Amino acid sequence: MTTTKDPASQPAVVVTDPRLVVAQRGLGGAVSETWRRVRGGELGSIPVIIGLVIIWAIFQSMNSGFLAPSYLSQISVDIVATGMLALGIVFVLLLGEIDLSIGSVSGACAAILAVANQRWGLNELLSILLAVVVGLAMGLIHGFFFAKIGVPAFIVTLAGLLGWLGFMLWVLGSTGSYNLSNTNGLIDRLTNTYFAEVFWSYALAALVALGYLALGLYGSYRRSKAGIPTRKPVEIIIRAVLLGVVLFAIAFVFNQARGLPLAPVIFLVFIVGLDFVLRHTSYGRKVFAVGGNVEAARRAGINVTAIRMSVFAISGTMAAIGGIFFASVNQNITKSGTGQQILMYAIAAAVIGGTSLFGGRGSAFSALLGVLVIQSIAAGMNLVGITDYAQYMVTGLVLLAAVVIDSVSRRSQRASGRA
Amino acid sequence: MTSQPARTDTPVLALRGVSKRFGAVQALTEVDLEVHGGEVVALVGDNGAGKSTVVKAISGVLTADSGVIEWEGRPVHIGRPHDAQALGIATVYQDLALADNLDVVGNLFLGREVRRWGVLDEVEMERRSRELLDTLSIKIPSVRIPVASLSGGQRQTVAISRSLLGDPKVVILDEPTAALGVEQTAQVLDLVERLRERGLGVILISHNMADVGAVADRVAVLRLGRNNGVFDGHATSQEEIISAITGASDNAVTRRAARGQEVPAAPVDDPVEPADGTEGDK
Repeated sequence: MTTTKDPASQPAVVVTDPRLVVAQRGLGGAVSETWRRVRGGELGSIPVIIGLVIIWAIFQSMNSGFLAPSYLSQISVDIVATGMLALGIVFVLLLGEIDLSIGSVSGACAAILAVANQRWGLNELLSILLAVVVGLAMGLIHGFFFAKIGVPAFIVTLAGLLGWLGFMLWVLGSTGSYNLSNTNGLIDRLTNTYFAEVFWSYALAALVALGYLALGLYGSYRRSKAGIPTRKPVEIIIRAVLLGVVLFAIAFVFNQARGLPLAPVIFLVFIVGLDFVLRHTSYGRKVFAVGGNVEAARRAGINVTAIRMSVFAISGTMAAIGGIFFASVNQNITKSGTGQQILMYAIAAAVIGGTSLFGGRGSAFSALLGVLVIQSIAAGMNLVGITDYAQYMVTGLVLLAAVVIDSVSRRSQRASGRA
Repeated sequence: MTSQPARTDTPVLALRGVSKRFGAVQALTEVDLEVHGGEVVALVGDNGAGKSTVVKAISGVLTADSGVIEWEGRPVHIGRPHDAQALGIATVYQDLALADNLDVVGNLFLGREVRRWGVLDEVEMERRSRELLDTLSIKIPSVRIPVASLSGGQRQTVAISRSLLGDPKVVILDEPTAALGVEQTAQVLDLVERLRERGLGVILISHNMADVGAVADRVAVLRLGRNNGVFDGHATSQEEIISAITGASDNAVTRRAARGQEVPAAPVDDPVEPADGTEGDK
């Protein structure tokens, strides 16, 4: 492995180890580093972004209304319900498990929301809280049977898929349908609020970009003070500027339409919050550890059962939140619930976005990227006038492509020792 | 028995008359074992000799039926792995138990993350990781790459260094060189010697007599669940130890070696390797 003749006389971790290709610095280093990662199967979000650009180009060439600000603004609101489910699924996939129940859970929680508000007369905020708590409880039940009893997650959540569907029908009762179109009510406002003043979108874009810059520079300062190799401040500034350009472009598009929509902002808060939980708390570290090697996690003193139950609770909670957004968009809860495809769309979104089905690899942002792809396809086909059956087939193909990329990249990661 | 300069007088860890029975099998009968600070004790024996049972009794995975475990001269009860860790006994199992998807820092601090205002303090953890690896002269390309991309020897050194974070006094290494190549084995043996220099007691379980001869100060032989002699690791020949392991000077290994001398054309296999591989007596 090493060819050094006298290991004892050398310092152990040299700041720039000659064997370490990763240690290259500067822009040239960043480019070759990216290329090395692509070759090694660490594709990251590159294929998704390329795929998204291709999808947009295709639909734009078929109908020039696709990239119109009003349509893009609508897509940004429509992704939220499925995106929330996908965000919960990311946690489950990180453990290397699956949750098939989220579609039924979100439908059942939307039904609870409607019944609590319309039949029991609870106010909208309390109804929302009740729906979220019910979703959490449903997730805990799945987690209990999976983690404590040891039933495979696939079967537990398949039972959940059927059971909660029946529960939803029972909750809806003979009425079968509730109308939530209380204009300017809290539920309606979730997806129907737009900050029309130009200021808000730009302010938010600036806030996020500056926040990224400040955190990056602070981290770099702390690392260099502790004598640890770090990114150069120039690199951080370039990244922050690029992020700012993208965000201001998005803000510009929103301002061309109805202004900054509230729903995607809430979605973004959830993504950033859960990304923080995954990458910067010991809870998130434990989730990754359980997904990577259960035995190692157990020996390190991690309560594997608790982690597993909590992850299914998160999945149930996010499904409930997704159901609330679904209710807000559709304003009408019927016996068809949140529809059959929301489950497959959510799982597909997480996988398309780059979270591995095999556990241990993924990020909260994959939910955003994946759901953008899924929703772009659905919206584009609606616009162009392609019928249902083709929509299902195309979405199925995209999911298959994503899983193939996942499996192949996993294999080439094995080959280059980065499984 | 030569006394090593760094050795302490009272054994840090001592087993006195430990017995363990599994159903109809008497796995351990009145086993004694002593480990001093600053010495490497090799625990050897054939498959089924009871090495793993001894380790499990020390690390708290099993409880012995009878006998006493003494820690720094005082009898202690080790009922679960947590007790052993609290005393200062660290065990590195053969399968290492590393999470491949986490980087070196993540693995080193798994389960004992350093936090700052409730948030993972990556800077502090990385600094301490580098410091720890530095003092052990461990060479790893970067502490920020996933453990999956490290070689077998590097993974072993990461696992051993992780056991040192809890500041143990005794480290148990279960077959640390079983799956390693020549160079990597040498690295791990170097590390074992550095542990000894730091005054730690090391229990080294191995099937590889060359490794045992290279680093062990004392060699404790188990045979069929009983003590079968404690030898000086530097003064005893491998043949003597093998005789103790197999229970006779006339055994499969010596017969094989003798056959090799009679027929010069046939190359002599490494006579110390047990014929059935080095997988341990799990």
